[in-house]
Amino acid sequence: MSEQVSSELKLYGQLFWTFAKIGTFTLGGGYAMIPLIQHEVVTKRHWLKDEEFMNMLVLAQAAPGVIAVNASIFIGYKIRGWKGMLVTSLGSILPSFTIILMIAACFMRFKDLPQVEAVFKGIRPAVVALIAAPLFKMAKAAKISWLTAIIPIGVTLIIWLGNFSPVWVIMITIATSLLFVFMKQRRTK
Amino acid sequence: MLYLQLFYSFFKIGLFGFGGGYAILSLIQHEIDRYGWMTQQEFVDMVAISQMTPGPIGINAATYVGYTATGSVLGSVLTTFAITLPSFIIMLSLCKIYFKMKDNVYVAGTLQGLRYVVIGLIAAAAMLLMNQATFIDYWSYILFAFVFLGSLLFNLHPILMIVISGIAGYFIYI
Repeated sequence: MSEQVSSELKLYGQLFWTFAKIGTFTLGGGYAMIPLIQHEVVTKRHWLKDEEFMNMLVLAQAAPGVIAVNASIFIGYKIRGWKGMLVTSLGSILPSFTIILMIAACFMRFKDLPQVEAVFKGIRPAVVALIAAPLFKMAKAAKISWLTAIIPIGVTLIIWLGNFSPVWVIMITIATSLLFVFMKQRRTK
Repeated sequence: MLYLQLFYSFFKIGLFGFGGGYAILSLIQHEIDRYGWMTQQEFVDMVAISQMTPGPIGINAATYVGYTATGSVLGSVLTTFAITLPSFIIMLSLCKIYFKMKDNVYVAGTLQGLRYVVIGLIAAAAMLLMNQATFIDYWSYILFAFVFLGSLLFNLHPILMIVISGIAGYFIYI
């Protein structure tokens, strides 16, 4: 094997392993992964510069989909195009895929045990609280005012009580936002 | 047919899942309800398992639903593939145009609009889960208050609180 081929293979190995490691060792997903990705990709491997990393983050969060996967696609594509992208995204998906699959297969067999059922009776309200708790921080980050608070409250009510589809809500939001900016532009001209 | 529905649903979830983890959960919840792939109770259990295991919540949830709905590994490969497929398409096209467009008023305005709406999506997911299947007695409300305040005021780690609630559940309900 020529030296060039083996160093290429080594790079693909590093790409895969870096993202597999990030996927395996971050609990809670999403935002918990950001400092870890930064450490591996910017500080350790020098694949991206600081500024490129910040741009990547903005992009990965603005786009729909799983943020960690979006980030891995961007970084893989930037380093080795299509092939790099496939390697990094597989790296970020495979560990959680494998772990969840094993748990799902086991849990189906154990979930009717009274001990397991008792534990989950305690966990269920806790999970609901964990979903609800970050809402205040998010509202603050989005610079929400008493007036704009009507939007999330309205969305909550039509999905919760009106059984409205979140996908429709998002499509309507995109259309309304575009229209809103358009009207504002015309008024200022 | 089931596989086709799963693919379509998870592709849609990947395509419209703005705002990451919890916002994606609200989309998954809606699809699960619509097709009856899981009960609300199973959905909450799945969220708990997703939070206690490493990796992105969206991937965990897709894999779990794919397996539970079909009972086969193929189902979870399909759902995981379907939820990530839009990311490939969108990230690749965004890489090329975004940096020219990020100061565009239309892009900025739409992202701000979505930021408000994502808060509503997550709140709706929480409200939908506050039902008789998850809140069975007054202990449920006590555990809810403990975790809600622990997270909001004291920044306690989510996994720590899930473990404590699980242990409490064991002694309360056994």
